[in-house]
Amino acid sequence: MNIIVCIKQVPETGNIKIDPETHTLIRSGVPSIVNPMDLYAIEEALRWKEKLDASITVMTMGPPQAQEALKEAISMGIDRGILLSDKKFAGADTYATSYTLSLAIRKLAPYGLIFCGKQAIDGDTAQVGPGIAEHLNIPHIAYVRKIEEIDQDKGIVKAQRLMEDGYESLEVQIPALLTVVKEINEPRLPSLKGKMRARKAEIPIWEATDLEKEGEDAFGLSASPTQVKTIFAPPSKAKGEIFTGEASIIAQSLLERIRAQKII
Amino acid sequence: MDYFLTEEQEMIRDLARRIAQEKILPLRVELDEKEEFPWSIMKNLAEADLFGIYLPEEYGGTSGGCFELCLVVEELSRVCAGVALCFATSALGTFPLLLFGNDQQKKKYLSAIAQGEKLVAFALTEANAGSDAGGIQTTARLEGNEYVLNGTKQWITNGGEAEIYTVIAMTDKARGSRGASAFIVEKGTPGFEFGKKEKKLGIRSSSTRELIFTDCKIPKENLLAREGMGFIVAMKTLDTSRPGIGAQAIGIAQGALDEALVYARERIQFGKPIISFQAIQHMMADMATQIEAARFLVYGAARYVDSGAKDISKISAMAKVFASDVAMKVTTDAVQILGGYGYMRDYPVEKMMRDAKITQIYEGTNQIQRNVIALQLIKEKAKGK
Repeated sequence: MNIIVCIKQVPETGNIKIDPETHTLIRSGVPSIVNPMDLYAIEEALRWKEKLDASITVMTMGPPQAQEALKEAISMGIDRGILLSDKKFAGADTYATSYTLSLAIRKLAPYGLIFCGKQAIDGDTAQVGPGIAEHLNIPHIAYVRKIEEIDQDKGIVKAQRLMEDGYESLEVQIPALLTVVKEINEPRLPSLKGKMRARKAEIPIWEATDLEKEGEDAFGLSASPTQVKTIFAPPSKAKGEIFTGEASIIAQSLLERIRAQKII
Repeated sequence: MDYFLTEEQEMIRDLARRIAQEKILPLRVELDEKEEFPWSIMKNLAEADLFGIYLPEEYGGTSGGCFELCLVVEELSRVCAGVALCFATSALGTFPLLLFGNDQQKKKYLSAIAQGEKLVAFALTEANAGSDAGGIQTTARLEGNEYVLNGTKQWITNGGEAEIYTVIAMTDKARGSRGASAFIVEKGTPGFEFGKKEKKLGIRSSSTRELIFTDCKIPKENLLAREGMGFIVAMKTLDTSRPGIGAQAIGIAQGALDEALVYARERIQFGKPIISFQAIQHMMADMATQIEAARFLVYGAARYVDSGAKDISKISAMAKVFASDVAMKVTTDAVQILGGYGYMRDYPVEKMMRDAKITQIYEGTNQIQRNVIALQLIKEKAKGK
C-alpha cells in the first residue's frame, strides 16, 4: 500500500512576534519546524508501515527551505519526500492549498491512506486535511485518536474520532484520509541512520507545470476564495493591580473595588 | 567553540542532546529519588541508533569509535550522569568482545548490542580486588567443553539489567595476574545470580549489583582471547573506555556551570544580580576554563585512541584524572554559587555534585591513574624517548 503524509513547515511558536506596523508574522530569524501535530501523522504512518507492507511518501507545499521539514520526516523513517514549490503557489488559502496537494496526490495513485495532522499551529484552521479528501472525492475521518483496524482485503479502515464528550467509532472505505490528534501516539525522535539517509536524500520539486490543473487560476492567491481583510495581534492584557500592606487592609481595598464594580 | 566535528559527529551530538533535553530532563529527579533503572530512555537511545555508534557497520553499527561515544556520554551526562552511565557501561562491557572476540563471538553478540536490544556489563571488581585487581578470587575451571565459574563480583554496573556480562576470573591462580581469563556469561545461565542492589551517593538511576557464580557452567567457546589473557583484556578495555569517564565528567561539570549561570543572573542580592559581583564572575571564569581544558584533553585522548595507537594508557589516564577532578571542583563551586538553594534537592546542582564524586573513583581511582601516568613517564625516560 502507498501511504502519503502531508505536512507543513511552520515557525516555532515559542517565540512568535507580530510586526506592530503591518500586523503580520515576523518570520526572519524565527526557526522553522515540522508542524508538531504532523509529527503524530508521520508516527502513525510509520507504525502501520510494517503491518501493511507500505511505502510512505511525505509531501509538503512551501518555499524551497521546506525540504528541511521533509528531511526531518525522512530521518524518522519515511521513505521519500516530495516538495511542491512554485511562486504560483504562494498566498494560497486552505482551499487552494488542499487543491494543489490533491493534484500532487493524484499523481501518486494508487494510494491507500493519507495522513495529516489535525491542524497547523500557525493557521489553526484544520481545513486542509478534509479539503484534500473533498478534492480527491474520497472519505475522511478527522480528529482520529485511534485506528482500530485497517483491512486491506476488505478495503476498510476503522478509527475513533475524538469528540468533545467522547469518541465516535467510524468505518470508511480505502482510499481514505485521516487527520490525527495528539492522543493517537507518541512520535519517535529521528535516528542516526535516518538522519544519514535524509542527508543524502534527493527531494524532487514539483512545480505548477508538473500538475494537471483544471482552469487557469488554479493556484495560489488568485485561486483563493478567502480574502484576508486584516491581521492583528490582540492587545495584551492590562496589568493587574497589586494591593500591598496588611491582610486586613488588602481585604478592605479588594472589597471596595468589588463593590465599585457592582459585582456584589 | 569549534571542536572540528564531522557532519556525522555533529548529528550524533545533536541527537544525544535532544534525547537528554526531551526524554531525560523530565525524568531525572524521579529516577534519582526512586533509584530506578531508566529503561524508557535506553529504548529512546536504541531507537536513535546510538548503541551502535562505535561498532562496525557489518554488525549494524555506524563505525565510529571512542570519540563518538564520548560525544554522546558528555551530552547525556550534562543532564543526568546516572542515565549516561547505563549507556556507557554497555560500551565498557562490549569493548572486550570488540577488541578480543573472535568472528563467531562477534557475530553472535554484536548485532543485538548495536541495536540496543541487549545491554552489557563488565565484571572485574571484587570485595578484595579493587585497585589491586590481582586479588581476584573468582575462578573458572575447565571441565570438558565447559568452564565452571565460582565466586562473587561486586559493584557491577548494569548488574541485573544487562543480558551479557564480560567477566574476569582466574583460570590459574598460581600464575597470579597471568592466570586470569575473560569470559562471556549470559544472564539466565544456571548458577549465575544477582546479589543485593547497592544504595549509592550518586548515579542512583544506574544499577549496581553483585554477580554471584555458583558452579556456573558456560560453553568453552565463551572464553575471550586465550587463557591467561584476562588482565590484558581488562587493561586494554579500561584504557579504551577511560576517556568516556572523562566525557561523563565534562558533561556533569558543564551541566553544573549551565545551572550556576542561570541562577547567578536571576539571584538578586544587595540590589543586583549576583553575576555582577566579581567574586562570582571569577569563580565562573575558572569553572568555564577548567571545563574547556578538560574537554580538549578528553577529545584529544579519544581521538588518539581511535587513531589505533598502542600507547594510550597514559593519555587516557590523564583525560580521566583531570576531567574528573574538574567535575568535582566545578560542581562543588556550582553548589557554592547557588548557596543554600544549591544545597537543596529542589535544585539540580547537589545531584551533580553527588554524581561527580564517582568519576574520581571508578574505572581506576584517580590515585591509581596517577600511578599509571608516572609509570609511563618512568618507562619513557628509561627508553630514552
